Amino acid sequence: MSLKKISKNQPKDFKFSKVNLELVNKIIQNYPKGKEKSAVMPLLYLVQKQHENWIPLEAMKYVGKLLSIPYMKVYEVATFYSMYNLSPVGKYHIQVCTTTPCMIRGAYDLVDVCKKKINENQNHLSKNNICSWTEVECLGACVNSPMMQINEDYYEDLNAKDVEKIIDKIMNNETPVPGSYKGRTNSEPINNRKTLIDNKNA
Amino acid sequence: MLKVKVNDIDLEVDEGLTVLQACEQAGAEIPRFCYHEKLSIAGNCRMCLVEIEKSPKPVASCAMPVTNGMNIKTNTEFVEKARKGVMEFLLANHPLDCPVCDQGGECDLQDQSMFYGVDKSRYKENKRSVPEKYMGPLIKTQMTRCIHCTRCIRFATEVAGVPELGAIGRGEDMQISTYLEKSMESELSANVIDLCPVGALTSKPYVFEARPWELKKTESIDVMDAVGSNIRIDTYGWEVKRVLPRVNEDINGEWISDKTRYSCDGLKNQRLDTPYIKEDNKFKKSSWDEAYNKIAEKIKNTSSDKIAGFIGDLTNMETSYIAKEFFNQTIKSNNLESRDDNYLVDINNRENYIFNSRLNGIDESDLIVLIGTNPRYEATILNSRIRNAFLKNKCEIYSFGNLGDLTYDYEIIENNTSKLKEILDGASSITKKIENSKKPIFIFGQSFFKLRSSNFLLEGLKKYLLSQNKINENWNPINILSIHASTVGSYDLNIVSGDINSNEVLTKTLNNEFEVIFLIGKDNLKLKKKNEFIIYIGSHGDKGAEFSDVILPGAAYTEQDAHYTNLEGQIQKAYQATYPPGDAKEDWEIFNNLSTYIKRKKIFNTKDNMVSDMLDFIKKKKDNKSLDIHKSFHNEKIITDDLDYYYSNVVSRASKTMMECRSLRNNLKKTGTEG
Repeated sequence: MSLKKISKNQPKDFKFSKVNLELVNKIIQNYPKGKEKSAVMPLLYLVQKQHENWIPLEAMKYVGKLLSIPYMKVYEVATFYSMYNLSPVGKYHIQVCTTTPCMIRGAYDLVDVCKKKINENQNHLSKNNICSWTEVECLGACVNSPMMQINEDYYEDLNAKDVEKIIDKIMNNETPVPGSYKGRTNSEPINNRKTLIDNKNA
Repeated sequence: MLKVKVNDIDLEVDEGLTVLQACEQAGAEIPRFCYHEKLSIAGNCRMCLVEIEKSPKPVASCAMPVTNGMNIKTNTEFVEKARKGVMEFLLANHPLDCPVCDQGGECDLQDQSMFYGVDKSRYKENKRSVPEKYMGPLIKTQMTRCIHCTRCIRFATEVAGVPELGAIGRGEDMQISTYLEKSMESELSANVIDLCPVGALTSKPYVFEARPWELKKTESIDVMDAVGSNIRIDTYGWEVKRVLPRVNEDINGEWISDKTRYSCDGLKNQRLDTPYIKEDNKFKKSSWDEAYNKIAEKIKNTSSDKIAGFIGDLTNMETSYIAKEFFNQTIKSNNLESRDDNYLVDINNRENYIFNSRLNGIDESDLIVLIGTNPRYEATILNSRIRNAFLKNKCEIYSFGNLGDLTYDYEIIENNTSKLKEILDGASSITKKIENSKKPIFIFGQSFFKLRSSNFLLEGLKKYLLSQNKINENWNPINILSIHASTVGSYDLNIVSGDINSNEVLTKTLNNEFEVIFLIGKDNLKLKKKNEFIIYIGSHGDKGAEFSDVILPGAAYTEQDAHYTNLEGQIQKAYQATYPPGDAKEDWEIFNNLSTYIKRKKIFNTKDNMVSDMLDFIKKKKDNKSLDIHKSFHNEKIITDDLDYYYSNVVSRASKTMMECRSLRNNLKKTGTEG
């Protein structure tokens, strides 16, 4: 992992939407009096949600002013954590899990599809600037491996073909259906057995 | 008190100390990079590891509080092995460029690797390289050398009060940078160079100039402001290469301001190295003899009440004293003046022109009121102490008028004398706060003494504070902040002419009523010259020299042994680090010689004579009756004069570094970009 690069194309202005501003007040109230500064992390994440999955410099300033902390401190936090993107990643940010369980179940097949369909490199935008992909560490859905996360949603039990379909949809600016692609609900067994009652050997 | 053992020596230490401090008390030296007495504890370099009995792992002593019965060992094999391990990690990514590094010879890493370094590297990977960062015209960066001690970040946030430095990224890729690589907007910024234990932050103007062991070191006193910071002047041959701070806890602590540190290149430029005489509006080089003769002739033909003199802002007390004697004895005139403007100061009572609470007192204070002063620019070191009080004591600060960013929060009071009168009538909005405060401080700037009601208000405030029991033997909350290094010394020497209520000499000068004017290092006289014969005695060819008729080259503050009294009334001796250039002479000698041309008699036989005479004079000067100053109330605006920080005296005006800083600061103001 190397130092994150800051995008050269920076928007001139950033402001929270009305809905998010209300949310901001709620978030700040979660922290004890005098410790409101700690809200910097959830606020940065909120910025990312509102602003196409990345945080522009103006937004860091904005958050700094909102919480009255120096810009540099916000900047430090934003560069420290890998979940904050500091340059555009597209409307759809695809994070492919490649930690051991997913890897064993074929995560690199998904990576290959991403490389073919989106961009040869991680964190680079597709040709139509709509999405980008990146390898990440365990997202905590090992039971449904291999999997990937697109924005806020998990796409599970994938294979290369599923991913191709998903990416095709994304390229048409449609949101694909999240969840298991083998028809499972959550992480139930694949043949619909939900209890151990009718299992003779149980 | 806690009982601990350090290397089998029994020791009693105060509670709340760290293991490192306890070891120091026991005389055991602990290597360190990130730990610094004046900064908060970070504990991230791990160099200070020690062994503590019953602890299975080595302990970072800088971050570990002492507990009762601790048995600390600092010289065991276990400790040495641990430190060697840490050192190996620190050196893994540190470049081997000591031969081209400016820190070489005074580098903590270099020194400590002599003890704990391993001769071979086991690190086979590529070394990390970090791009250079821009940090302004004073700080040169070579961030590949950085060992991530974060001293600079802590200094900027805690002491300087400009949280612009930070660590971006993480782990091996962590980098120290200013926000978006802007220059640091602080007057204390260059102290990070001294703090940096390696060569990551070095001095830009001093780059590749000299090695520390080649320099002659002279301990001296700074004159850029009235604080009188203790400095060390490093010279190579004639040239002053750099100025470094010297620790004096009562005055500057460990820091000096950027102007103190970097004005020294102004000592090389625009120097006057030979006497000049103006003929047909052109300066012609001359000999001392010619110049003296010309002046003597002029003085002999002029009645003594038509001769005036001004003492400049950097003039030392010896020069002031001999100038005073020269005026009193040789030409029998009283027209010697040290005030820049119509400052109504009662110089018969020392309390009226010094910083009575002392600089140390600021640290204890719990309420500070600024009246007509901007300490950030007028006395940077003093301002950092106010910030310290603000952080440590939650000291409340009020200012008459908006002063912009002072590096701490303060409340603005309307800048009107009536608001100050409310305080001394006990009817102000902050009266309660003053009554409840234990050690309040009122700081009056020089601008305040231009007000017609200044002495009325000062007296009134004194009476009010006495009635509130705020003034006692140990505490005097009335403080006057002088701007120039010469001010308090000149007042101590009674160099104020005539009627105290008006600066008569200055008014008359501006009305072109004098025929001969001596400018002794005085460069800020706004005179429209008519037929005056002006004699300039000083070190630099600046505004003062420009319109003079005879120029006598003098010595700068690094070139003569001299005394200065700082704003708190502390007399300090500055030592000669180098000698005046060319034919220039020490200032006192000039007056002494000039006197022989006029009266055929020297004023003093030797310099020692003069100094002991001067010190006697100051000793004898006890508080006299207070002078008859107007004490009436006027409704006036308290206006704090702007000080062009990087351009405030001849030395800094001649300095290229200061010029760069100034233009950068002005550009920032113009474009209005905020950090």
